[in-house]
Amino acid sequence: MQPIRQIRSRTAVLPYSNIDTDQIIPARFLRTTTREGLGAQLFADWRRQADGSDDPAFPLNRPDAAGCSILVADRNFGCGSSREHAPWALLDYGFRAVISTEIADIFRSNSLKNGLLPITVDDGTAQWLLSHPGAEILIDLPTATLTLPDGAAVAFPVEAFARYCLVNGIDELGFLLDKAPQISAYEQRRGW
Amino acid sequence: MKTMFQKVWEAHEVVPETADTPAVLYVDTHLVHEVTSPQAFDVLRERGLKLRRPDRMLATIDHSSPTLTEQIFGGAPITIESAARQISQLERNCAEFGVELFGLRSDQRGIVHIVGPELGLTQPGSTVVCGDSHTSTHGAFGALAFGIGSTEVGHVFATQCLLQRRPKTFALNIEGALSAGVTAKDLILAIIGRIGVGGGTGHVFEYRGTVIRSLSMEERMTVCNMSIEAGARAGMIAPDETTYRYLQGRPRAPSAAAWEQALERWRALPSDPDARFDRELAIDAASIEPMVTYGTNPGMVMRVSGSIPVAADDPVFNKALAYMGLRAGEPIGNQPVNVVFIGSCTNGRLSDLRSAAQLLRGRKIAQGVRALVVPGSQQVKKAAEAEGLDRIFLDAGAEWRESGCSMCLGMNGDLVGKGEYSISTSNRNFEGRQGAGARTLLASPLTAAASALRGRVTDPRDILNG
Repeated sequence: MQPIRQIRSRTAVLPYSNIDTDQIIPARFLRTTTREGLGAQLFADWRRQADGSDDPAFPLNRPDAAGCSILVADRNFGCGSSREHAPWALLDYGFRAVISTEIADIFRSNSLKNGLLPITVDDGTAQWLLSHPGAEILIDLPTATLTLPDGAAVAFPVEAFARYCLVNGIDELGFLLDKAPQISAYEQRRGW
Repeated sequence: MKTMFQKVWEAHEVVPETADTPAVLYVDTHLVHEVTSPQAFDVLRERGLKLRRPDRMLATIDHSSPTLTEQIFGGAPITIESAARQISQLERNCAEFGVELFGLRSDQRGIVHIVGPELGLTQPGSTVVCGDSHTSTHGAFGALAFGIGSTEVGHVFATQCLLQRRPKTFALNIEGALSAGVTAKDLILAIIGRIGVGGGTGHVFEYRGTVIRSLSMEERMTVCNMSIEAGARAGMIAPDETTYRYLQGRPRAPSAAAWEQALERWRALPSDPDARFDRELAIDAASIEPMVTYGTNPGMVMRVSGSIPVAADDPVFNKALAYMGLRAGEPIGNQPVNVVFIGSCTNGRLSDLRSAAQLLRGRKIAQGVRALVVPGSQQVKKAAEAEGLDRIFLDAGAEWRESGCSMCLGMNGDLVGKGEYSISTSNRNFEGRQGAGARTLLASPLTAAASALRGRVTDPRDILNG
């Protein structure tokens, strides 16, 4: 995995709460056996009209949303299914971070393992971001701060080990594999 | 002074967590299905790794599998090619890596969360994971059971462990008694309505109280199944005599001397009387009525006998009602339904089918309503047929299918049409969950069956008392 230190981008905003993983990537696109190419189906049922063309009213289809790598959404983003296809689709589409006041547990965990930053901020910051689509912000992972266009810095929580792995481009499986002696000892202790 | 969660967690810490590193947590049982595993098997191949403990794994086919008998047993091709490919990929992966698989024609096959418990594989005090958020179901046995993503499926494949931060605990104390016609499904829908779809984020629930103690194992599984719909990672219920009676004699439960030893361990699992939870909430069961969802997440739920709430200035609420084609302030009870789905890991067990059959026996489903009854496993199907439930459903005008996830998420082509209303015993009413543009109303098997008979959302007590 590539190390991640900073992300500077304008934001795209989806002003909805409880955006579930069925919206991020509907179930009919999960009949794949790879993780590639899912960006084409991101928000499939929201971004297209009945005839299959892009819906110009959908926020991600607006011209100023093109090229944004930070997605801002209202509270409880990523609830629902454990499908890792959700962060895969967001990454493949071009997003590198998601900001909300609250991010669902499994989606958060899946995102961190793929280099998509799940960032939770306070209500005030979220309300400002939700009402200013296209704001250019800077996310700095080593210091876990987000800098708003007026220069204000907002700290965000990030689990220490996940941050260490992301900043250094280390994948967690390697760390777990190194625990083989402890795992064997545990199995022996339980007679497992 | 420990909670049950804490006891199970500590017993599975291979390496405890520190400020810098999460705990290395051991997984006793890893359940696998066709949708979230192929990418994880690929990681093993790419890195030249083996499964650490194939003996602690069990695979089944459920999400993409057809439910039409001719496509499973009759040699007819599976309609959806990508589903067929995904199924054969799992067959190849299990053969290559030596994983026990309940294949498409196995009489043991079924929805992963139905199969584990019915085998006696899901046991108190154990850790159970699966690449599926409804793994929370297994918590009904006092197991710590939670859903994981495909990367973590790969971690368990290679190490039998996961890196986890310890979640907080949340006790839900449910006292009183459920009234006639009110089921475990109504209870959990009411709880989700009360705390919201994000209310449990970062927590493991423990359901407690007299109501929980009075529930059967199948009812407890319905409750724990939907913990994730309140955002909780897992939901647990302390094991008791009901749990032990359910488990004893099942094929993969311990037997003879091992059973006695297991009982001794399991009896020490319940939370200590003075254990402290991070959060607690008391719920009065007597006030709960048959429930139905009216919006696009399981927290948008109301009494079947009530009127749709009004939230005039909430654009997200109004967007949900617009999707559903429902009007604030209107009673839900007159809403026509096009489709009735009885099944899923939430309500696809034998007692759920009995509950629906109780209303459908000797009656006919309303004209123009399509009703699909899908047992949760082939064993459930066999048991239902042995007591004639299939005849009751077929005589009433419903379809009776082979087991699988089916119309809960429509991956296998069992879909609700655009704009149609489906009353469903499944767990998610998200936009498009049962098919693009489909409108889902979640309810209990009793409410779904009553609604099938009248062709509109119906309080089951109207028929039970009539």
